[in-house]
Amino acid sequence: MGTPLDRLAARFTALLGRDSVIDDPVRLRTYECDGLTTHRASPGLVVLPETAEDVAAVVRDCVAAGVPYVARGSGTGLSGGALPRTDGVLIVTARMRRILEIDIPNQRAVVEPGVINLDVTRAVRPYGYYFAPDPSSQQICSVGGNVAENSGGAHCLKYGFTAHHVLSCEVVTPDGEIVELGEGPGYDLLGVFVGAEGTLGITTKITVRLTRVPETVQTLLAAFTSIEAGGTAVSAIIGAGVVPAAIEMMDALSIEAAEAAVGCGYPEGAAAVLIVELDGPASEVAHQFAEVERLCRDAGAFEVRIAADDAERALIWTGRKSAFAAVGRISPAYLVQDGVIPRTALPRVLARIDALSAASGVRVANVFHAGDGNLHPLVLFDDAEEGAAERAEEVSGAILDLCVEHGGSITGEHGVGVDKARYMPRMFTDTDLDTMQMVRCGFDPAGLCNPGKVFPTPRLCGEVPGVKKGPHPLVAEGKAELF
Amino acid sequence: MDALKILAEACADVRPAEPDDAPWAARFTAAPADAGEAAALLRAAADLGLAVVPRGGGTRLRWGAPPTRCDLLVDTRRMDRIVEHAAGDLVVTAEAGTPLAVLGAALAEHGQRLSLDGQPPGATVGGAVASGAAGPLRLLYGSPRDLVIGLTIVRADGAVARSGGKVVKNVAGYDLGRLFAGSSGTLGLIVSATFRLHPVPEARAFVSRTFAGPGEAHDAVQRVLHSPAYPAAVECSSAAGHRVDVLLEGVANGVPDRAAAVADLLGGGTVAAGPPSGWAELPAGGTLVHASVPPGSLRDLLAVPLPADAALAWSASGHARVVLPGGTAPGRVADALAALRALGSAVVRDAPPDVRDAVDVWGEIPGLALMRRVKDQFDPDHRLSPGRFAGGI
Repeated sequence: MGTPLDRLAARFTALLGRDSVIDDPVRLRTYECDGLTTHRASPGLVVLPETAEDVAAVVRDCVAAGVPYVARGSGTGLSGGALPRTDGVLIVTARMRRILEIDIPNQRAVVEPGVINLDVTRAVRPYGYYFAPDPSSQQICSVGGNVAENSGGAHCLKYGFTAHHVLSCEVVTPDGEIVELGEGPGYDLLGVFVGAEGTLGITTKITVRLTRVPETVQTLLAAFTSIEAGGTAVSAIIGAGVVPAAIEMMDALSIEAAEAAVGCGYPEGAAAVLIVELDGPASEVAHQFAEVERLCRDAGAFEVRIAADDAERALIWTGRKSAFAAVGRISPAYLVQDGVIPRTALPRVLARIDALSAASGVRVANVFHAGDGNLHPLVLFDDAEEGAAERAEEVSGAILDLCVEHGGSITGEHGVGVDKARYMPRMFTDTDLDTMQMVRCGFDPAGLCNPGKVFPTPRLCGEVPGVKKGPHPLVAEGKAELF
Repeated sequence: MDALKILAEACADVRPAEPDDAPWAARFTAAPADAGEAAALLRAAADLGLAVVPRGGGTRLRWGAPPTRCDLLVDTRRMDRIVEHAAGDLVVTAEAGTPLAVLGAALAEHGQRLSLDGQPPGATVGGAVASGAAGPLRLLYGSPRDLVIGLTIVRADGAVARSGGKVVKNVAGYDLGRLFAGSSGTLGLIVSATFRLHPVPEARAFVSRTFAGPGEAHDAVQRVLHSPAYPAAVECSSAAGHRVDVLLEGVANGVPDRAAAVADLLGGGTVAAGPPSGWAELPAGGTLVHASVPPGSLRDLLAVPLPADAALAWSASGHARVVLPGGTAPGRVADALAALRALGSAVVRDAPPDVRDAVDVWGEIPGLALMRRVKDQFDPDHRLSPGRFAGGI
């Protein structure tokens, strides 16, 4: 009967049960976007598998039918990496939510892909451990999604990204086979799988590294009268050999927004605030914290607040953590950008963003992970105003150009997804992109696994690299011979 | 006109190979001066259908199987420039042939380091990445796959490709740095790498104690790992008894307190400012095995029956190095491998030919079919270090 999707719906219903297949148009619309709502597409079909075998069977059927498929965790991604295909199947891992094993002697846990990031930490906290990657969506995002996006967070400055905290992944390959990618002999396929944005397969079981809860955490908030002074403090801290757990910065506009939204009570008159967090052994942190405080004052901080306890620490973080949503208080609509620059280029790039904003009349609020140069400019616009969205998009794109021009990246943690595929050629040559896609062709020659993401132009996997353009000229001229 | 002349058009420094160039027979040796020459050289090699094997300092050429064919040895040692050290950004880019010691000295002038130890003297940037190996500091800082943030390679067809960049936080595109780390020259020629750096710690201390039995050493390591001591490295070596060494790095005001706390955890360890003898080193010669053994299995690892003069060094990152002396019968090597594989994976890195021929060098290789397909994409003619890698890749 009917279309390939109809036939798949029937097969999946037989395989997984009626409850695990969604084909009702109204319910399908629930899945039409992830955290990036500017891209929408209702999936052709949604399945909710419960086991790796289910996922493998679904993938095999999709491949046999030539139907594209996309995996989705909690749908919190910010680059449209889990944007469904109207002609495809969306494989949702929400029913794969078991923490399978907590192995403290080996400092690891084994979880299913739908497990919520923070739930891993909650489960292992009683043993003195936590799961280090802390994307700001950690209360709702899934570990499988973290693997796909190589998620970071405010604390990845010291602790690294998801790639550094995943020891192995059980993966359903685009062939529908179940393989374990990890630390065995051979290529580090796990290393390239993590962060491939779901284009190389679907993880069904993840062994994560657990990190010992630090003995102590110290947090301060420093307020500056200029963003340059804040930048100077960041450079001074890093230059002094301190490796903070996090260094976050907000500019006047984002402070204003946060103040309006959550009343975080940051110092009045601040053109920039810096949040610096140190963690580790108590004796070390105490020493370094005093130094950080001094460096902030030397750089011109007019007020430094030190969190006396967890409640005060939470208060300091409230403003920062609410910043994205808070911008909604001062602007009807906004774009969240995610670019990276070398930390030392911070003052120059911020001045250029200011100039861009002034020239275009588009307001830009800046929130960033200053320690690793990861900028999150929030580009504000009024979506009721003709052409405003386009102008905002233009400024947002120009900011990415600035990042690339200064030796940075078009994305530090949100991923490329559908949103930034078109920007990839600004950072990489055709050959670079072609080379990356060799990996994709190795994994997914049919190109059905999350197609249209990451790369602006798919590579035809039938093409063999090193296209022979006839014999070597010297051979052709009879001056040389092959052997 | 012969192949040598064609190669010479691509690269000024090319000659017939000499016996000392590699531990196996090669036809030609070329030393490109830069990425451009390296690319021209690999294009010429592609046209000529030559099998190409890269080499750096030559410290690990005996690792893996010998190539089934080596027409052209590409010596990276003329590509030895430190391209850019952005000290304020804690990032460095160096060409593949740069000796790690030279790089380390340049970084030290700025109070920084590449946190990668356990490298043999003479090892280069490219060789370190291609081998993927790391020493004790791996516990806290990871291995080359974790430290490389950007990589430039020349493909089998001579095209130059880059992935990553020169910022630490970057998720644009596939991370080929992690794929190439440990790929032993089978996917492409590494011409330069960009690394994240760390400040040289102000102070360090080594806390050591020797235990009589495997169980006591195991328990001591567990106590340290689950404490807030934040060790940079925890090693356990087996020779006379089971010695546990803990490295602490940090600020001068803090390290002594932590060292005292770790000494207590060890039940009375001695604290020293410098490394104990043999730290991050292993005796050369014989059969070298790398095994993955997580901390929870340390007790079992230490109980594996090994020849009396074997050396074992385990790192709390879950990696063990075992050296069985030359002359160990292949059957005994096979027994040791079987015992290690009961605990995790184990790979023979280097071995005398009789041992190599008699044992399963790689063990089980999960995902091998996928690996072959990736290899086929990068090197469809199987001309890059053919046969050196897992599964005969």
